[in-house]
Amino acid sequence: MSEYRIQGNTGEWEVVIGLEVHAQVTSNAKLFSGASASYGGEPNSHVSLVDAAMPGMLPVPNRECLRQAVRTGMAINAQINRWSRFDRKNYFYADLPQGYQISQLYHPIVGEGEIEVTLNEKDPESPTKKIGIERIHVEQDAGKLMHDQHPTMSFVDLNRSGVALMEIVSRPDMSSPQEAGAYLKKLRSILRYVGSCDGNMEQGSMRADVNVSVRKPGGPLGTRTETKNVNSIRFMMQAIEYEAQRQVDLLESGGAVVQETRLFDPNKMETRSMRSKEDAHDYRYFPDPDLLPVELDDAFLEECKASLPELPDAKRKRYESMGLTAYNAAVLTAEAETAFWFEDLLSHGVDAKQGSNWLLSELFGALNKLGKSLDESPVNPAQAAELLGLVADGTISGSIAKQVFEIMLETGQGAAAIVEERGLKQTNDTGAIEAEIAKIMAANEDKVAEYRSGKDKLFGFFVGQTMKAMQGKANPQVINELLKKALDV
Amino acid sequence: MSVDKDTVNKIARLSRIAISDAEADKMVGELNGILAWVEQLGEVDVTGVEPMTAVIPNKLRLRDDVVTDGDVREKVLANAPAREGSFFGVPKVIE
Repeated sequence: MSEYRIQGNTGEWEVVIGLEVHAQVTSNAKLFSGASASYGGEPNSHVSLVDAAMPGMLPVPNRECLRQAVRTGMAINAQINRWSRFDRKNYFYADLPQGYQISQLYHPIVGEGEIEVTLNEKDPESPTKKIGIERIHVEQDAGKLMHDQHPTMSFVDLNRSGVALMEIVSRPDMSSPQEAGAYLKKLRSILRYVGSCDGNMEQGSMRADVNVSVRKPGGPLGTRTETKNVNSIRFMMQAIEYEAQRQVDLLESGGAVVQETRLFDPNKMETRSMRSKEDAHDYRYFPDPDLLPVELDDAFLEECKASLPELPDAKRKRYESMGLTAYNAAVLTAEAETAFWFEDLLSHGVDAKQGSNWLLSELFGALNKLGKSLDESPVNPAQAAELLGLVADGTISGSIAKQVFEIMLETGQGAAAIVEERGLKQTNDTGAIEAEIAKIMAANEDKVAEYRSGKDKLFGFFVGQTMKAMQGKANPQVINELLKKALDV
Repeated sequence: MSVDKDTVNKIARLSRIAISDAEADKMVGELNGILAWVEQLGEVDVTGVEPMTAVIPNKLRLRDDVVTDGDVREKVLANAPAREGSFFGVPKVIE
């Protein structure tokens, strides 16, 4: 899709990237217990005895978490495994009370799928590429450790412990930081459409482990490193850039890349080795004897399928067929919240073209100025539809609509009430308009003469003057007609 | 399949179990005895037999997505070797 090459002393190198994305499943309760999965809360309050791994406690899977993983799999056209199983991944760390994480190594719930990405989703001409997904499995999150509260102790909060995660593993199909960024963006968009993860990277609902290696173009794969827990798209792209360059420098100076886990430091913009003990990755996986295999029946799968929303690619094509420009269709569908807002607007009877243009220019412009996101918009779709309806039925002109919208943002008043109260209704009163035209022509006799001697362009000047005199409230169509009549004698 | 002393020491370390040299020697013999006994199972030809996951026909039970538990901080922290306010306290771990 994009040619990304690192220019070394020995020639060009290409980069091979694969991502493991951890996405927190949207659910009320945890994966194996009835404790709340919501973010925040007093330390150790969203914790049951199961999450604290008290002896004798047994896990019982949450149907919703499995359902969301299956729906996500369906959204990327993946194979859904009717039979899957949970395994124990054994390691000791203070944030993991069980001494093992319940995960799925051998039989994940979702198998191979793919995601189509484009480097610039707002440019319909931008080339696309299919990125393979190897698997999606379901597993537990760990607790949270705090190291800076006490000189000799670390503090442990188990509120996150046992919250359901989906690990979405891509094929090493990406070959530039931009492609990896486009993939992560598209994946996040799909998760939000499906509703299986809120995609909020700042709160850690979505984070990526980034596998990077370099090779001579077309050559055998190089040794890869894994940069852990990168929590923004921008950081991920920076981490790839740094890490690929580091590997090239290392190889060209006669060194070798060590397969290891690294951390990205966004302040220094570099990756660092985590210097883990060699034993750390000896996880001794085995099937969890506390849990029977997960067997999905037809009814479950059919419900998952039936509950899937229209996905971004399909939605974009449908918007184009409704007569929207490819650009508008792409921008409206890139984020689920924009598409849902737009469809809400249409459900109030707004024309698709008028609504899309208004949303992308007027509303987005205003939100941008206010520094707000769409779900914080001071104007809701019903209120916007009221405003656009007044334009559509000729009650107000487009330019007055802009003023009305600004007043709506400031005062929270409805569009019709503003128009009524401030007398902004568009007038079709030909007498009033003709009177203004006569005044303007009298004051600009020279321009009238020029116009009549063939300078057609001056027509726009007269339209502008008349509109100004009418304080924007005249119907432009009517002004045009009356001006023509008065000037073209 | 059999284990040697290095393997025993490694498993002990991964399991955070301290064993003395003498215990490790003893463990090698015991573990190999157990492994040899279990390996008798290998004599049975199970070609084409589905792995059994439960002795009686049983299906995994699933829970509804409802918060029914939690808010038991005092119980959760009751047996903690160390606590600081609402947190567990553990010896400082930082990479």
